[in-house]
Amino acid sequence: MTGGLASLSRAMTLGFVRDKGALFFTILFPLMFLLIFGVVFKDSGGDRSEVLQIGPVAVFDQMPVDAREGLSEVLEVTRTDDRAGALEQVRKGDVDAAIEQQGGTVTLHYSAADPVTAGTVRGVLESVVQHANLAATGVPPSLTLQAEQVEDESIKPIQYMTPGLIGWAVAVGAAFGAAMTLVTWRQKKILRRLRLAPVSTATVVTARVTVSVGIALLQLAVFIGIASLPYFGLRLTGSWWMAIPLVVAATLAFLSLGLLAGAWAKTPEAASAVTNLIVLPMAFLSGSFFPLDDAPQWLRTVSEIFPLKHLNDSMLDVMVRGEGPASALPTLGLLLGFALVVGFIATRLFRWDDV
Amino acid sequence: MRPTDSIAAVTSVIVVHDLKKSYGEVRAVDGVSFEVDQGEFFGILGPNGAGKTTTLEIMEGLREADAGEVRIDGESPWPRNPRLLRRIGVQLQASSFFERLTAREQIRTFGSLYGVPAPRADELLEMVGLADKADTQTEKLSGGQMQRLSIACALVHDPHVVFLDEPTTGLDPQARRNLWDLLRGIKDQGRTVVLTTHYLDEAETLCDRVAIMDHGRILEAAPPATLVRGLDAPTRISVESGAIDLEEARRMFPGNGVEVTDDGVSLTFATRTPAPVLAALAERNALRGLAVRGATLEDVFLHLTGREFRE
Repeated sequence: MTGGLASLSRAMTLGFVRDKGALFFTILFPLMFLLIFGVVFKDSGGDRSEVLQIGPVAVFDQMPVDAREGLSEVLEVTRTDDRAGALEQVRKGDVDAAIEQQGGTVTLHYSAADPVTAGTVRGVLESVVQHANLAATGVPPSLTLQAEQVEDESIKPIQYMTPGLIGWAVAVGAAFGAAMTLVTWRQKKILRRLRLAPVSTATVVTARVTVSVGIALLQLAVFIGIASLPYFGLRLTGSWWMAIPLVVAATLAFLSLGLLAGAWAKTPEAASAVTNLIVLPMAFLSGSFFPLDDAPQWLRTVSEIFPLKHLNDSMLDVMVRGEGPASALPTLGLLLGFALVVGFIATRLFRWDDV
Repeated sequence: MRPTDSIAAVTSVIVVHDLKKSYGEVRAVDGVSFEVDQGEFFGILGPNGAGKTTTLEIMEGLREADAGEVRIDGESPWPRNPRLLRRIGVQLQASSFFERLTAREQIRTFGSLYGVPAPRADELLEMVGLADKADTQTEKLSGGQMQRLSIACALVHDPHVVFLDEPTTGLDPQARRNLWDLLRGIKDQGRTVVLTTHYLDEAETLCDRVAIMDHGRILEAAPPATLVRGLDAPTRISVESGAIDLEEARRMFPGNGVEVTDDGVSLTFATRTPAPVLAALAERNALRGLAVRGATLEDVFLHLTGREFRE
């Protein structure tokens, strides 16, 4: 009966919207992560080294404008005339290096505490000096190096973070929504009341799916909307719209997980605990909070079992890596398959009543 | 003979025949049979654990009986029978409402499950006297208001058989009496009502017929007055203690089945022939604080089970 479906969906939606805790944990809490990560990592894209320039340094000062801009992507050069103060700052590690020039000698002061940064600064400076030497001879260079970044040329952490955090938010919303609805409805005898009304189980389940998919799409919209603000600067690539079917399929997969937890648990507390126990490790191991590129191979293999891992990868592909829509198809199939299998197990464990 | 073939089944809305249900070793329902007529208010009375709720749940189609039969309008409620579900209304023991919906939203949601339009659902809210609470979330209603709403939800699709499971449990006396008026109203609308309760006074005041249940069996089923009269228990007449001297009172009715006691508060005469006692007391102008108490369902229960009725 369509009237039943509409009114049950409405009842669930109102129940969700009026539940401040649920609203917070499914929308605001993940959003807070986006805001915090977005602010913290905003400028970390270049990871520039800070260098103090003591007095006039000809190799810098006489550089052509475009070369200076190129340099400023790796070095943040600040001018100072206080030599002793500059050296002290290097010693304390407040800056990465200090540079001065006397006649034809360019001197680099650096601390050995951070050899990687020191090496970088030294390498950059050497190339600058070589460049200047070469220019002074007036001979055109026989070899030139042209470096180009692959992927989006303006890649920023927000590009990587947004898809992963959306995946996590969707997982939290769908899994908790399903588990808590199932357990509280059973405990409060609403399931029993529904069984006494002429509505089919399919109607009740469809209502839950409808509401969860709606919430997931809302999360997607809010996240993309906020991350796209100029301050954060998310830039979507061509087939980002494939994120919509991906999120819908993933919602089904997480719903089935939540239903499984809800079928097993007897109290809302137990349902919440067991859902947390599934969702949180899954989020970490699926790269929702940080990339797994540096994780050991076995851990990455383990993470393959999580639907969230595949969702995150595919969302990244279509939203920021510029992959075509077809790249998401295997993940779509996988998520739907997961939903079917786990959903089936959940129906086996399903109970209308506590006793 | 199958109950559906019997003549009684023609007029009975509900026929329960030799119902049995066990949970492990416990025989929750152990051979229960009864019939309920069209328009009758039928009560199942018994202490907690007597098997009332299980019997009711089998009748509603929530549980499958191990043995025996239930027919409502000639149809079996098990397996889940959607046609029958439209004709029965069930008020559950727990007030089972959707979370964070207002009273109006609750009844409209339940109504829509049966295809009942919203205005009709709102009328029911009015009927149970909750129109002024329509915009209050159910979590903020009092116990009595919740029960009223719960009954309204059970009646929203105009069922002709209504099941009420301990509707007044946990309510204060005022709320109980209000609810009783509401329940009498349901019967006056011509519906057949089956009520379980562990309150004797409730069964006595509401029910046309009461089945007394204990340990999964029905011990006796009859109108409350018949049950009480059948007991042939003495009437107890009390006046203020000291109205007549105890020894003198005993001398007044020698050897004619009058038992006299004085507990320091009341002087009590227990007798099966109250008229002469009342006359004698009136003659002596000793009627101060008069109370006449006949046997109650409580006495019937005590008599049938041999133990005190406790909740």
